[in-house]
This record gives sequence, structure tokens and C-alpha cells, in this order.
Amino acid sequence: MAARGVVVIGAGQGGLDTVAALRAKGYGGPVTLVGEEPVPPYQRPPLSKGFLTGAVARAELTLRTESFFAAHDIALVSGDRAQHIEAERQRVRLASGSTLGYDKLVLATGSRPRTLPVPGMDLSGVLTLRTLADAEALRTALDGPPRQIVVLGAGFVGLELASTARVLGHDVTVVEAQRRVLARALTPQMSQWLAERHAQQGVRLLLGQEVTALHGTAAGEVAVVRLRDGRRLPADLVVVGVGALPNTQLAAEAGLLVGDGVVVDRWLRTDDRSVYAIGDCARFPSTRLGRHIRLESVQNASDQARCVAAAICGESAPYTAVPWFWSEQCALRLQMAGLIAGHDETVTVGDPDGARFSVLCFREGRLTGVESVGRPADHGIARRLLSSDTGPSPAEARTPGFDLKSYATKPSSPVPAPA
Amino acid sequence: MAKITYLHPNGTATVVDVQAPNTVMRGAKLHNIDGIEAQCGGSAQCGTCHVYVDEDSTVPLPPMDSVEDDVLYGTACPRRDSSRLSCQLPVTEEIDGLVVRLPEAQS
Repeated sequence: MAARGVVVIGAGQGGLDTVAALRAKGYGGPVTLVGEEPVPPYQRPPLSKGFLTGAVARAELTLRTESFFAAHDIALVSGDRAQHIEAERQRVRLASGSTLGYDKLVLATGSRPRTLPVPGMDLSGVLTLRTLADAEALRTALDGPPRQIVVLGAGFVGLELASTARVLGHDVTVVEAQRRVLARALTPQMSQWLAERHAQQGVRLLLGQEVTALHGTAAGEVAVVRLRDGRRLPADLVVVGVGALPNTQLAAEAGLLVGDGVVVDRWLRTDDRSVYAIGDCARFPSTRLGRHIRLESVQNASDQARCVAAAICGESAPYTAVPWFWSEQCALRLQMAGLIAGHDETVTVGDPDGARFSVLCFREGRLTGVESVGRPADHGIARRLLSSDTGPSPAEARTPGFDLKSYATKPSSPVPAPA
Repeated sequence: MAKITYLHPNGTATVVDVQAPNTVMRGAKLHNIDGIEAQCGGSAQCGTCHVYVDEDSTVPLPPMDSVEDDVLYGTACPRRDSSRLSCQLPVTEEIDGLVVRLPEAQS
């Protein structure tokens, strides 16, 4: 029987990188990429930043031209949705009615924005941000006279949006249930420092506050955000950025193991050996943390895509990439390498007042994560050190004048020096 | 438009025509050249579009700024004098004939 090939569900970064890597590695069977959105794969990071200000044009978001898919014999199915996986027969049924047989199936279904269980979320003027269509709606809403904007959630999307809206001249308030911004992603020091930058820029931060309801006008447009303490914030636009939920329904219905993500092993295989899951939707064992985690980042989607493509081509290796993230807020470059969870000690190097510094996180004396602002060299070096499981001790990092660039480029260093 | 040669670590070469406005990184992505990852999409964040400009190349390239210089400290393969981030090299007619070498690994 002829090979049925590889079907990838989800045409985001992870899905696209999987099919591209399969062809780059010489995979010769049929390859199909199925995406729900009516457009070819595009970049998401600029959607909360440059795309809203106009600095990044629509055309720059496109990850590959249409001719790419034809040239590499990749069937791109846009605007169709995988509706059901018949795992035993190894085929997928699409909403349009067609079915696709597979030898290997890759789930790259991503995540969707969480909603808040409060009244008024369906009012007009309550937006969220995940897709290009969301971003286009938001750009239209932000393109005009100054408005009163309330952002719900001080995560990456919420803060990037708040900063962008402020740059565009709007009045911006951020409401966050946690007592600090980016509480899950950043150290308390970096949270505090970043919150001050937002305040300096004129973003109002209301931390440790919960929203209890949104109230609208008679015409059904959002007008007021009510908080638990009784405060009423006037708002003519509300943006909800309170995290994301993995898209696991398809996997669960197919009988695959699911629990805050599609559960996979170190090789990113689900409990069905012909099905893999990658990116935002996958819950994988982290060798660094010793437990299963889910990561929502371009790096994770992209590296997992390449790992799975390699496995399908017979070069199986477990997934061990060092996680990294970046964000742009308040005209700053914030970069994170490794994971800060579980750190028991931090050392700050550089100049926080000059917005050029790094926070080094240690656990039991070992470097586990580095947050950098305005220090791209520190970030890159941190990624190298973390991937080889080396790095300075806390005592070394505390030496006056210490910096990662000199540490990594000294002759005895484990990281190769510039030639 | 410019003709750009990407030399792979195994000695083979891929020669492609890249239109302006694009970058040397995007030229590689558009042609699915394995060995350029560009995980950050071209915003000089990640260092995974690292290339070595061929030593014999006489094509004029823009000077590197301090961010590119810093990012090049974190590349997977060693930085050399010829190292550049291909996302920071715009395609113009002037760079027609550029030859770049791809490193063994990007991440």
C-alpha cells in the first residue's frame, strides 16, 4: 500500500515548522497541513506589538509564500477544521467532509484565550487577542481618538497590549488578580521593575484586584468594569488577556491521554504511537524540572516541530531544548532563558537604572534561568550555558564587575570564545 | 533581486534568487533552506539565523549594530569575524552574488 504520509493539524508556528522540517530533512511521503484559519501560516508575536502600531505590515507576518507549499509538495488545507480522529483506522475527518489517512499524525492545535466567568463578557467592545482576525479588530479599535481601555490580565499579551495602546495615546488601566505582574513567568524583582516602567509610561496597574462584572450601555457596548472592591472603571474598550487553555478536545475525543494539554513522552509521542503533539497544546516531561509542563512560546513550538520531524525521519532523540521567551514592552527588550520555577536564590548583574541588567536564578547553587533587559549577549550566553548545564556559581556571579560575556569568553570557559 | 548562495556544512550549495524587500534570512526561509531557523522571526532576538559570510566575498554589507553584535555572543556555533545575523542583512541589488556559509547548528 502506498504511504499515507504525515498529517499535521494546526497551521501555526509549530505546524508549519513540522512540515517544513520534514521536507528539509528529505521526507518523501505525502504531507498535509490543516489550518482552521482562512489564511496561510503567519507570525503571532508582532500581533500584540508592531502590527497594532503599523510598524509591522500584514505582508511581513506571512511565514511562507503560497508558492512554498507547491514547491515542496505540501498540501495546505486552510479554512477547514479537523473534526474527528479515527485513531484505529489512522484517519482524520475534516469539517468539510473529506478524510485524510495518515501514517503519522501531529497535533499542533495550539491554545485559545481563557475567558472570565463574569457577566458582560459578550458585550460589544470586549476583545481578546489570539488570531490575526483578533488583531485586525483590535487595530481598528485602537486606530482613532484616545479611548479608555481596560486590559484584564498582566501576562505577556496584556502588558504588551497595554504598552502599545499607551504609545498610541490611549488611557490604559490593567487589572490583575495576582499581586504582581507576570507572576508565573518572572522573578519578583523583575516583576517589580517592569511594573515601575509601565507606571512611568502612564499605564495604571491595579494589582490583586478581581473583576466581578462588565456593564454595558443600552446599545450593548461595554461601559464599565466593576471590581470586587466595588470600584467602577469607565471603559469603552476591554481587552481580555488572562491566559490560554490548550486545545485538547480533538485528542480527548480520540481517546488520547489528556490533562491540561495532550500528554506526551520525552519523544513527544502521545499514548498512541502514531500520534505526536507539539507546541502550546502539548504537555511534556521537562528534564529540567522533573515533571510534565506545557510551554506557550514560539521557541517551544518550533523546536518541538523539528524534534518530531526528525523522529518521523528516523532520527529519534528526546526533546531537551532550553526554553526561551522574549517580550517587548515600554520600548524594552525583555528576554528569558531557562525556567525560573523553583529558584531559591537570585543575583542581579548590570544596571537596572539604565535598563541594562540581568537577573540570574539559581537552584541549589546551579544556574537555572536568566532574565535580561537590554542585555542580548547575556541572554544568548545564558541559553548556551543552560544547554550544557554549566554556568557561574552564585558566589562567582556576586563578584564585583561580574558579567556573563566575560565569564563565557574567558579562556577556561566551557563556551567557545569568539575566534 | 539578488542571487545568494547558501553553502551547507556538508559542502553542497543552494543558489537562489531573492527579491527585495527581504533579508538574507527570509530568502533562506522562503526556499526552505535547512540550517536557518530564525525562531524570533527576524527581530534580532534569538541568534538562530547565524551565517558566516564567505571569506572571499567582496559584496558590500551594512555594518552591524550593537544589538546584532551582542546577539552573536549567544550563537550555537562559534562566532567568527565573518559572523552575521542573516535577518539583519537586507536584500538589495548591491548584495547580488553574496555567498554565506551555514553553521553546523543553530540551536
